[in-house]
Amino acid sequence: MIWDTFIAPFADFGFMRRALLGCFAIAIGSTPVGVFLMLRRMSLTGDAMAHAILPGAAVGFLISGLSLGAMTIGGLIAGMVVAVASGLVSRLTVLKEDASLAAFYLISLALGVLIVSTRGSNVDLMHVLFGTVLALDNAALMLLCSFSSLSLIVLAVIFRPLVLECADPQFLRSVSRLSILTHLVFLCLVVMNLVAGFHALGTLMAVGIMILPAATARFWAASIGGLLAIAVLVAMLSSAAGLLLSYHYGLPSGPAIILVTGILYVLSLIFGPIGGVLAKVLPRRHYQS
Amino acid sequence: MVALAFRNLTLGYDRHPAVHHLETEISSGSLTAIVGPNGAGKSTLLKAITGVLTPLEGRVIFDEITREDVAYLPQKSDIDLTFPVSVTELVAMGLWKEIGAFGRLGRKGRERVQEAIEAVGLAGLEKRAIGALSGGQLQRALFARLLLQDAKVVLLDEPFSAIDARTMSDLIGVIRGWHNDGRTVLAVLHDHETVRDHFPQTLMLAREMVAHGPTPQVMTQANHSRARRMCEANPGDPILCEVTAA
Repeated sequence: MIWDTFIAPFADFGFMRRALLGCFAIAIGSTPVGVFLMLRRMSLTGDAMAHAILPGAAVGFLISGLSLGAMTIGGLIAGMVVAVASGLVSRLTVLKEDASLAAFYLISLALGVLIVSTRGSNVDLMHVLFGTVLALDNAALMLLCSFSSLSLIVLAVIFRPLVLECADPQFLRSVSRLSILTHLVFLCLVVMNLVAGFHALGTLMAVGIMILPAATARFWAASIGGLLAIAVLVAMLSSAAGLLLSYHYGLPSGPAIILVTGILYVLSLIFGPIGGVLAKVLPRRHYQS
Repeated sequence: MVALAFRNLTLGYDRHPAVHHLETEISSGSLTAIVGPNGAGKSTLLKAITGVLTPLEGRVIFDEITREDVAYLPQKSDIDLTFPVSVTELVAMGLWKEIGAFGRLGRKGRERVQEAIEAVGLAGLEKRAIGALSGGQLQRALFARLLLQDAKVVLLDEPFSAIDARTMSDLIGVIRGWHNDGRTVLAVLHDHETVRDHFPQTLMLAREMVAHGPTPQVMTQANHSRARRMCEANPGDPILCEVTAA
C-alpha cells in the first residue's frame, strides 16, 4: 500500500523520477532566494520578475520553436534587463524599487505581447505558462541542475553582504561599495531561478515554489539558517507530494505541487509556533518553574 | 594636528544649499559637539563627511586618514528590525573592515565581539534578536558595533534621542573612552547640558557656521540667539548665495 502509493510511481516510471529530480533542483536553487525575497519584503518582486521573463521566453520560442536554449537565453535577457534597469533607477532617481520594477516589467510584458501578436501564429505558449515537468529531457534536467548549483554557489559567495544589505543597508553602504553590486547579483539570482523554474513549472508557477515555502518557514524558524533549511524541506516535500497527487488523480503537476505548498502554508499559518494564529490567540504559559 | 578640514564647504539637496561656505578645522583627537537649531544642516554635515553626500561646492579634507577610518551612526538608521539577526551578529558587522565579505570571524574575532557587547552592558543578551531589543538596548548594540569598527573618526547623529538616562550615561562613558584613546569624535546633540558637561569643543551651525571653539565660549546666549535668527530668517529653502560649481 505504502509502496504502491508513494514509491511505485517513481520506481516504475522514468518520467516521474526525472520530474522529481527537476523539482528538487528547483527547490534547492530557488527556495533560498525566495527566503531572502520574503525577508526583504520583496515577495511580489518575484511575481513581477516572472512576468518580465515571459516575453523573453516567448520571443525565444517564436524564433526557434520549442528550443531550450533560445527560450532560456530569451528569458534570462528579458529578466536581467528589467532587474538591472529597475535596480539602477531606484538607486539613482527618486522612484522607489517597487514603482520602477512595475514600470519595467509592464513595458516588457507589453512588448512581449506585441511581438507575439504581430507574428500572428497561433503559438502554443502553454509550455511557457505552465511548464512541462513530466516531460523533462536530459538537456532540461542538466540545465535545471546547473542553474540550481550555480545559484547556491553565488548565494554562498554573496551571503554576508546580502544579509547586511537586508538588515542594515545604510551600514553596508558606509563600510563598502558592495551594496549596489550585491543587490544586482541578488536580482540576477531571482531571474536565473525563475528561468530554470519555468521549464518545469511554467513562469507563473515558478514563483510559487520560490515564495510559498519561504512564507511557510517563517512560522517555524527564527534564524536565517533555520528558515533556509525548513523552506527547502517544504519545497522538496511538496514537490514529491504534488507529483504523486498528479500521478494518482490525473491532475496537472505544476499547480498540484504549488497547491501542496499552499496547503502547508495555510496549516503553518494556523499552527506555526512562531507568530501563527493559534500561537497568538492561545495564552502562553509564563513564570512557571 | 588636524583630522578634518572643511574648505568653503557648501552642501545641499537637489541643488538647494543647506550649509554654506563652511570653513573650519576639526583637530585630531578632539571631542566636538555639533549644535544648532532644527534644519541648521548638522546631519547634512555628517553625511558629507561620510561621503554619502557630495558637496555642491568646496570639500572635506582628510588629513592622514581616509574615509575608511570614519565610522558613522545615523540618526534614524534604516535597520530592518524584523530581519532575523542576533545582537552578536549585529555587533560582529563592526569587523567588516577587517574580515570583509569573505573573511573568517575566527576565535579572536568572536572574543572581540563578546568584549564589545560586555563593554556596552549587553552581556546576557547576545542571542537576542535585534527586533526584541528596547530602544536603549539597540543603541547600546550599535555602539558596540562602532567600538569594533575601530575608527579614527567617529560621527554620531543625535545618539541620545529617545533613550533612557542610564543608557545615556553608559554611552557617554563609551564616548569618553574613545576620546581617551585619541579618536576624533563629532556628535550632533540637542541637549545643552550634555554638551557643556561632556564635550570640550562645540561647533554651532545655522546653515552657516555661527561659532567653533571651546564649548564655554561657543555656548553663549548671544550665539544661540544669532543662530536662531539665522535659521528663522530663511525658512523653507533660502537661496543665500549662488552655487557656482554643482
